[in-house]
Amino acid sequence: MRRLLSEIRIAGFGGQGVILAASVIGKAVAIFEGGYSTMTQSFGPEARGGSSSAQVILSSDPILYPYVTSPDILVVMSQEAYTRFTPQLKPGGILIMENELVQPGQVAAPEGVHVFGVPATRLAEELGRKVVLNIVMVGFFGAVTNLVDPDALRKAVEDSVPPAMQKLNLAAFDKGFQYGAELIHRMTEPETELVPAQEGDE
Amino acid sequence: MHADPRGVLTGVHFLDGDHACCEGTLAAGARFAAGYPITPSTEVVERFAWRIPTVGGVFIQMEDELAASITMQGAVWGGAKAFTVTSGPGFSLMMEHIGYAAVTETPCVFVNVQRGGPSTGLPTLPAQADMMQAKWGSHGDYGIIALCPNSPQECFDLTITGFNLAEEFRVPVMLMLDECVGHMTEKVVIPEPDQIEITPRRYTKKTPEEFRLFEPREDKVPDMVKAGDGYHFHVTGLTHDERGYPSMTVDTQDKMVNRLQDKLKPFTNGRAIFEAADLEDAEVVVVSYGITSRVAQRAIEMARAKGIKVGKFRLITAWPFPEQHIRDIAAKVKALVVPELNLGQMVREVERSAGGAAKVIGVPHAGGTVHNPEVILKAIEEAVR
Repeated sequence: MRRLLSEIRIAGFGGQGVILAASVIGKAVAIFEGGYSTMTQSFGPEARGGSSSAQVILSSDPILYPYVTSPDILVVMSQEAYTRFTPQLKPGGILIMENELVQPGQVAAPEGVHVFGVPATRLAEELGRKVVLNIVMVGFFGAVTNLVDPDALRKAVEDSVPPAMQKLNLAAFDKGFQYGAELIHRMTEPETELVPAQEGDE
Repeated sequence: MHADPRGVLTGVHFLDGDHACCEGTLAAGARFAAGYPITPSTEVVERFAWRIPTVGGVFIQMEDELAASITMQGAVWGGAKAFTVTSGPGFSLMMEHIGYAAVTETPCVFVNVQRGGPSTGLPTLPAQADMMQAKWGSHGDYGIIALCPNSPQECFDLTITGFNLAEEFRVPVMLMLDECVGHMTEKVVIPEPDQIEITPRRYTKKTPEEFRLFEPREDKVPDMVKAGDGYHFHVTGLTHDERGYPSMTVDTQDKMVNRLQDKLKPFTNGRAIFEAADLEDAEVVVVSYGITSRVAQRAIEMARAKGIKVGKFRLITAWPFPEQHIRDIAAKVKALVVPELNLGQMVREVERSAGGAAKVIGVPHAGGTVHNPEVILKAIEEAVR
């Protein structure tokens, strides 16, 4: 598959697993899809004061310029991240947010931005562990962007967590993915009823 | 000789440059590191400290950089392959012992993940402003090798190359990363151990009676001994003769200091490591290294798309400087463009080597981020005019 260069920024609080989420997406493309990806992180002092941000570039060609300046896709898991990074989105880009942590509307998004929300923290809590909210976000990202092969993403999730945590994280991925797939289905075909997938439901 | 399988994490990984560098040290056979961890190089030794107990070796967190850089050298004379890791402020403190490694011909590796300076500067942001310091930072005349990776994969590969060169030439080797490359995560392929070539230390075959510590072979590099093997030897930073004893005469000084530089001559041009493209028809050549070479590549592609005949020459060995290559290019082109994350360091070497045969245009940047490719493009456009 020939992939155009896509730039993604993921941002939230320190401790939400922002870096791991970015790493899973980067790894899915670089290792399990055979493409190229470059991940960088914000290491400034501001990254220690509670906010955390990671950038991933995906491409089918080797990546030269390492930084993301104006992302195609922004994933936010905190109000601060939303306020700070939304104005930098590319017009027509995609904004993905944790919709119980982010109250949209305080800043103007660039023209034509598509917004998708997911209650990732609540979905993670339903699985018994709030910590997997980042992987719920990755699953949701996979479903609504259709940018990375879902199997590659799943493999990257499996490869990125300790063996004892794989089952939980894969369930989190599937839950996020399913939520996203249903949302897309409702947006494109509002009349028909989608039969929810059972995978990941326990 | 192939790599010891215990140190080789064969597989396809998603690693940042610092971690890849650490895996490079292990694959190269390093079993000792001493460090005083400092941002943005901390991850190298953090991973080493975590990995080394399972591989078999030692990491010591020292009280400061002076201690780290000399403890490493003790480990080398004790038989280990060893390295230390730092960034600008620590690199400044290590200068004394870089000179000591050079004059005692201790094969060792200094990893410097460059950040913005001077002084404490920009701990978490990139620069390439330690390039001259790597070459000239310690007092006196001596030779070193400096390598500049531009990706996590190269952080792995060139770390192995660095250890091998240190053994071959018995010089301190500087791995000149920068914060951007060190903290950037990409795919890193670590081959099977039998695919990794390792240069073993060359120990003397002479008896303790006939052995002389600094008697050079034909290639001007002396053989090593290991402490505890029955050889009496004296390692000193004072000017010394071939026996290793202090000898403060003009003649000894002349012989010793010249050999410290001359032994690197075969490496300077003939075996220089570089990446060149589109030199045949080029009117302008961009000379760059480290992370800047990737940004420069984008500018080169933008210029080529505009029909400008521009080539690239990427320094992978920054020191010894491959002056003959630059001289040859300068003779054929209008101009050389040299972007770097400092206010003009390697550009002086390019200028010196070009010897006036071509215009040399520096594209300085004070550091803290990488160049905007448009700025390099503008310099290329001005150069062809």
